[in-house]
Amino acid sequence: MKNTPTGVRWVLMLFALLGVGVDVAHAQSPKDTGFVSMLGELREATYTDKASIAERLIQDGHPNVRAVLTAFLEDRLYFRNDDQKVLLAKSADVDPLNLIDPVSMQDAGSAPVDKLTKIGTNNSLRRMLRTTLARFGLSSPDAGVRLAAVRDMLRSLDESNVALLRERFDTETNSRVKKEITTGLALAALAGSDTRARLEALRTLKNSVSQDVRNRVALLLDKNPDGSFIETDDNVRQAASASLEVIDEWRALYSALETLFFGLSLGSVLVLIAIGLAITFGVMGVINMAHGELMMLGAYTTYVVQMAMPGHIGISILVAIPAAFIVAGATGVLLERTIIRFLYGRPLETLLATFGVSLVLQQSVRSIFSALNRSVVTPDWMSGSLQLNDALAITYNRLYIVLFTLIVFAIILIVLRSTRIGLEIRAVSQNRAMAKAMGIRTEWVDAMTFGLGSAIAGVAGVALSQLTNVGPNLGQSYIIDSFMVVVFGGVGNLWGSLIGGMSMGIVNQLLEPYSGAVLAKIFVLVALILFIQIRPRGLFPQTGRSAEDK
Amino acid sequence: MLHVRKWVITDDCRGSAWFLAVLTLMTIVVPILNQVVSSSSALHLSAYGLTLIGKYLCYGMLALAVDLIWGYCGILSLGHAAFFSLGGYAMGMYLMRQIGPRGVYGDPVLPDFMVFLNWKSLPWFWYGFNHFSIALLMVVLVPGLLALVFGWFAFRSRVTGVYLSIITQALTYALMLAFFRNDMGFGGNNGFTDFKGILGFDLHSDGTRVVLVVLSAVTLGASYLICRAIVESRAGRVLRAIRDAESRTRFIGYPVESFKLWVFVFSAVIAGVAGALYVPQVGIINPSEFAPINSIEIVIWVAVGGRGTLYGAIVGAVLVNYAKTYFTGAFPEIWLYALGALFVFVTLFLPRGIVGLGPARARSIK
Repeated sequence: MKNTPTGVRWVLMLFALLGVGVDVAHAQSPKDTGFVSMLGELREATYTDKASIAERLIQDGHPNVRAVLTAFLEDRLYFRNDDQKVLLAKSADVDPLNLIDPVSMQDAGSAPVDKLTKIGTNNSLRRMLRTTLARFGLSSPDAGVRLAAVRDMLRSLDESNVALLRERFDTETNSRVKKEITTGLALAALAGSDTRARLEALRTLKNSVSQDVRNRVALLLDKNPDGSFIETDDNVRQAASASLEVIDEWRALYSALETLFFGLSLGSVLVLIAIGLAITFGVMGVINMAHGELMMLGAYTTYVVQMAMPGHIGISILVAIPAAFIVAGATGVLLERTIIRFLYGRPLETLLATFGVSLVLQQSVRSIFSALNRSVVTPDWMSGSLQLNDALAITYNRLYIVLFTLIVFAIILIVLRSTRIGLEIRAVSQNRAMAKAMGIRTEWVDAMTFGLGSAIAGVAGVALSQLTNVGPNLGQSYIIDSFMVVVFGGVGNLWGSLIGGMSMGIVNQLLEPYSGAVLAKIFVLVALILFIQIRPRGLFPQTGRSAEDK
Repeated sequence: MLHVRKWVITDDCRGSAWFLAVLTLMTIVVPILNQVVSSSSALHLSAYGLTLIGKYLCYGMLALAVDLIWGYCGILSLGHAAFFSLGGYAMGMYLMRQIGPRGVYGDPVLPDFMVFLNWKSLPWFWYGFNHFSIALLMVVLVPGLLALVFGWFAFRSRVTGVYLSIITQALTYALMLAFFRNDMGFGGNNGFTDFKGILGFDLHSDGTRVVLVVLSAVTLGASYLICRAIVESRAGRVLRAIRDAESRTRFIGYPVESFKLWVFVFSAVIAGVAGALYVPQVGIINPSEFAPINSIEIVIWVAVGGRGTLYGAIVGAVLVNYAKTYFTGAFPEIWLYALGALFVFVTLFLPRGIVGLGPARARSIK
C-alpha cells in the first residue's frame, strides 16, 4: 500500500496537535489564581460567608464558575485533606470519587471519600445558589447556556423562577431561548386560576413538542376514580385536547424522522460492509465468506490499539482506522496469494474455501482473545447526542458512522474512477486478456483489488466496534445481510450497494415497531427473495458482454 | 466418445457396488453387534454408538440430496438444512403429541411448552399430528411444497449460480429466525425434545434404536438407488447438460426450468425424510438446525467425498462427521481449525474429493 507513510505522518501530526493543546490548558493565568484563592476561602467559611463568596465568584466571571457552583449545589464540591486543594467530584455516589480540577476541568485522579471533606450547604444557601445559577445562566452571553438554564428552570417552576423568566423574556434575543421561556411562562399560567390566561397558555403550548409539556397537557384530561373530570372547566378541557392533538402530531413526525435516521445509520453499517463485498464479489467474482471475519479482525484491531494507548481513547479510534485497514488488507492480500488466485472463475469453490478460512480466523481469535466479548470504549467525542429539539435527538456515534460511511464511499468511488490502480482494476474486471495485453500486471491488480476489498472490511469493523461488542461471532451476524445488500443493489455496483444498504436499513427500522425486530428481518428477507424474482440481477444490473459470464 | 462414457459408467458402477455392499453389511452387522453380542464383549455396540451410526446415515442422505442437485445439475443450495429441519420438525410434532400425559405438566393434548406459554388449545397446524401417517405425509409434503414454491419462483426468473446460493441461504436464515420465535408454535428456542416413544415403542430402548438405524440404512439405500436411476436415465443426462451449459440446453429445446424444479423438489424431499429419521434418533430438534452454517457444512461433506458421484457424498458425510465427533471430543480447540483447513485443502487440491483419489477418472467436473 503506497499510502502508508502518509497515513502514519497524519497520525503523528494529530499526536503533536493534541500535545500542544494539553500544554495550553495547564498554563495558569492571574484570573485562575484569584479563582483558586476564592475557592479556598470556601473551606472554612460559615454558610452566610459561603453565600457572599458565591456572589463574588460570579462577579469575577471565571469561565468555570458555573460548573463549580453547580457542583457546590449538588454536594459534589470537596477539598482534599492532605493538600487542602478544592476539587470537583464527577459524581457523589461512587467511592473512590473521580475528581476534576476546577481550573483546567481535566481529570485529577481519584480519592477515597475519607481522604476528602465535603464543602457543605444548607437550605437557604442552596436556594440562593439555585436562583443565582439560574440568573447567571440566563444572563450568560452563550445562547446554549441560557437554553440549558431555562430548561432547568422548567423542571422546577416556582415563583422566583417565573419572575426571572418574565424578566428575561423582554431582553432575550435568541429565538430558541425565547420559545423555551414562552413555554415556561405558559406552563406557569396553566397552573394558575385565570381561565383566559390558561386558554391562551394552551394555545401557546401546542407549539411545543417536549414530553413534559405533553404530559402536563394530558393531565388536564384525566379523570377522577368516580369518572368525573379532574379539570372542571369544559373550555379548558377542549382547548387541552386540541393542543394535545397538535403536539402528538408533531411528536409523531419527529419520531418518524428519528426512525429514518436510525434506519440510515443501520443501513450505513450494511453499506460499509457491502462496499467491500461489492469489490471482491462484484468486481472479482469471488464470494468471500471470510469477509465478516476480516471485519472482525478490524474490530479486534480497534480493541488492541485501544489497549496499547490507554490514556488516549479519543485518538485511538483514529489510529485504529488505518491500522485496521492495513491488518485486514494484508490478510486479504495473503489470502488472495495463497488460496483465491487458484480458484478464479469458480465462484462456488471460492465460497467453500473462504468459508474454511473464516472458520480458521474465528477460531484463532477465540484462541488469542478467548471466546468472551471484548468491549471497545467509545471516545468522549463520539458519545452523547445532538439534541435538535425536545422530541428529536441524534446520537453522535450513529451520526459519525453515517458520515464515515459516506466518506469511505466517496473515497472508494474516487479511487476506482480516477486513480491509476482504479483504472487497472476496472480494466482487469472487464477484459482480463486485453488488460494483460496492454501491459497491466493482472496478478498484482488481483491481489490489490482483493486487498482493497478486505481493507474496507477492516475499516467497517472499526465502525462496528462502536456499535456492538467485539466477539468472535461478530462477522457472522452481518454477513448474510450484507450479501443481501449486494444482491439487492446489483453485483459490482457501488451505487447499488449504497442505495440497497440504506433502503434495507430504513425498511428494517420502519417495520420494527409494528412487528418486532425478528419479524422485520424475516419480512425484509422474504421481500428480497421476491424482489430477486423480478430483477434477478439487482437494482443496478451489470450490462455488457461480461455480465452473462458471472 | 462412446468409449469414454462406457468407462465412466463402469467406474461409477464399481463405486456403487462397493457402497451398497458396505451398507448392506452394516445393516446386518449393526443389529447383531448390539442385540446378540453380550454387553461385556469389546465388540458390543453401545446405544451411543447406535445413535451415532443412525445420525451419520441421516447425514449421508442429506449429502446425497445435495449432491443430486449440485453435482449433477449445478444448483448449489446453501439452504438444504432448511428442508432437513422442516422434515425433522414434522416428525418432532408427531413425537411431541406421542408424549401425551407423560409430559412434565401432564396435559393430555398440549405439549409442555404450550402449557408453559399458557396456551389454552392446540394451534390448527398441530391437528392431525397425533396420526403417524399424517406426520409422514407432512414430512414429505412440507419440504417438497416449500421447494416447489421457492424453486418455481427462483428458476422461472432464472436466478442462477451465486445468486441462487445466496437466496437459499437467506431462506434458511429467515426460517431460523422465524422458528426462534415462541409464538410460532414450535417451541421457540428450545424446539422439541424429551420424546418418549414412537408408535408405542420406547424411544430409549436399544430395540427401537436398532430398528431406526436399520430403517435409516434401508431408506438411504433406497434413495441412493432412486438417485442413481435418475442420473443414469435420459433425464439425468439432461441434468448434466444443464450443469455444463445451461443456455445451450435451453436453446436445444429442453425445458430447463422444469427439470431443475423437479430435481430440486425431489432433493428437498430426500432431505426432509432424512430429517424425519434424524429427530427420533437424536432426540431433539431446535431452530439452530436451520443455521446457515449447517447448510454450508453439508456442501463441504459433498465436496470432501467427491461431487457428482452420489456415493462419494455419503462417504464424505460419514468421514467428516466422524472426524467432527472425534475432534470435538478429543481436541475441541482444534476442530474448527481442522474443518477450516479441510475446506481449503479439498477445494484447492481435491476437486474430485476423496473418491476421486482412486484411478484417474475420465470425466472432468466443472
